Amino acid sequence: MSAHLILENISKVFGLNVEAGLEALRQGKSKTEMLESSAHVLGVRDINLQIERGELFVIMGLSGSGKSTLVRMINRLIDPSAGRVLVDDVDVTAMSNHELIEVRRRKISMVFQSFALLPHLSIIENVAFGLHIAGVEKKQAMERARQALKLVGISEVADHRPDQLSGGMQQRVGLARAWVTESEIMLMDEAFSALDPLIRTEMQDALLALQQSAKRTIVFISHDLAEAVRIADRIAVMAEGEIRQVGTPTEIIENPADDYVRAFFRDVQFSRLFTAGDIAMPGVTPGAIPGTKSSMLEPVSATDLLEDILPRAAETEESLPVADTQGNIMGFIDRTRLLEVLARGRVK
Amino acid sequence: MNFDIPIDQWVTNFVDFLLEYGQSFFDILSIALETLTFGIEDSLMFPPPWLLIILLTGLAAWRTNWRFAVFTLASLMLIIGMDLWQETVATLALVMAATLVSLSIGIPLGILAAYKDWFERIIRPVLDLMQTMPAFVYLIPAAMFFGLGQVPGVVATIIFSMPPVVRLTNLGIRQVPKDLLEAGLAFGCTSWQLLRKVQFPAARPSIMAGINQTIMLALSMVVIASMIGAGGLGDTVLRGIQRLDVGLGFEGGLGVVILAIILDRITQSFGNNGIRR
Repeated sequence: MSAHLILENISKVFGLNVEAGLEALRQGKSKTEMLESSAHVLGVRDINLQIERGELFVIMGLSGSGKSTLVRMINRLIDPSAGRVLVDDVDVTAMSNHELIEVRRRKISMVFQSFALLPHLSIIENVAFGLHIAGVEKKQAMERARQALKLVGISEVADHRPDQLSGGMQQRVGLARAWVTESEIMLMDEAFSALDPLIRTEMQDALLALQQSAKRTIVFISHDLAEAVRIADRIAVMAEGEIRQVGTPTEIIENPADDYVRAFFRDVQFSRLFTAGDIAMPGVTPGAIPGTKSSMLEPVSATDLLEDILPRAAETEESLPVADTQGNIMGFIDRTRLLEVLARGRVK
Repeated sequence: MNFDIPIDQWVTNFVDFLLEYGQSFFDILSIALETLTFGIEDSLMFPPPWLLIILLTGLAAWRTNWRFAVFTLASLMLIIGMDLWQETVATLALVMAATLVSLSIGIPLGILAAYKDWFERIIRPVLDLMQTMPAFVYLIPAAMFFGLGQVPGVVATIIFSMPPVVRLTNLGIRQVPKDLLEAGLAFGCTSWQLLRKVQFPAARPSIMAGINQTIMLALSMVVIASMIGAGGLGDTVLRGIQRLDVGLGFEGGLGVVILAIILDRITQSFGNNGIRR
């Protein structure tokens, strides 16, 4: 079976004469050279990606690397200058306007960095927006929206207006609005970048929880290294409109393709990236009774960073039990597991 | 240096030409506007004054606050006390008829201007002209095409009051944040849905400000249009001037001010994005 979402030789050149721009691109001119020699701005160059069904795929790069342009070409908010986008082997780039609208309604949804909630609609109406546009009957749309709000944990603000909510809550609405359409592909453009670090981690957890409940293919744009390593199945590193490397976080960290990628990932500190809950292995430690608080050892909290549980791990040979926010044991961490994660960032 | 460009002659010739060949068109237009204006005036005059006063007070209480509702009640009672109710209603009917036509032409023009840059470039100087031309100038051709009475008054008022709603509709739609447009498109809006569900609601405060301005301009023009027999409160003011009757002129003026304040506050209240405060 071929991949869910395939980008094939995608290029984008901004400027008046796209053909000339593409020609310059074929001659292998770099982004800076193109800017100097002609009036063309290189968006992205010859991108090839295969994204599997159910994968959380992070495209990472600094601003200006072309990642936002790239993600917009998947649902054709920006039309590629060359190349094809295939969803389930169907060519999105060749679609008529009518077909494209259908794809946007049913197959690809999007979450925005600035939330982009409609100021004149209530929260629940915002969540139902995509369904409403797609012609879903009103009562049913509202019911589905209500459930989506529950899923992201903000049912209580259903009748508020967007400007009454904090940034983190607004983005939960954005997430629910995309999730509720049951699109198989979700595009997330710097979705959590505008949020405070603590809220950002919370939102990442919310996303991962959603992703566990129903596998969607997620293309996640980010400039945040920690975020990428934390949530990604695979990462693509972009620079100057090109992809420098694609792989799992561990692969990239262990074998960076070039100096740029190496420099990018040099500062990763896994001990500050992951929490005990992230790496806890299912099951229970000897002597503990599942789902209860009783255990031989005092459990560590699922929200503790790894660096905070290091002293505890040093004290004992035994596995550390991990308790969730209700205090129930959700799993354990043994030393091998801890060391492996600290050394190589391998979580999943 | 001395040369003569006979613009006056050209305009006169053009108006003569229209009069000669466009008479039946103006007749139809005249009948339509007359029906509209009289229809509104009749339905405002039909209920007893106290009913209309209660309705307006209720509207003020619903849209603004109780203090303004009290003001509305008191000021409308004052109008009855000055024995200007009929004139006030006539003026209100003229304003409503002219505004209705202004908006139904102006808002689509504003949307078109927001979508098409070339159209904006054309319409901008035309709007400037419409707005800066002294209001009295419109009275002459209006009277020539439509005779004397309410209809030419409405026509002159339409032309004079349309620019703000065109401008502010255009501006409002152009200023809708790009991310909202992207969100609309990303969830599969057709261009019609994008306009109706995203652009128009997001531009609503700006458009409502335009509507408010249009109504205010219409009110000021309706008063001037009394010079060609449009009637209403303007007539009272005009009689005050002709007879050098300061008291009468002041009463008419006061009526206009009261009407302006009530219309202004109530239409403004629709501008704050549908959120009642």
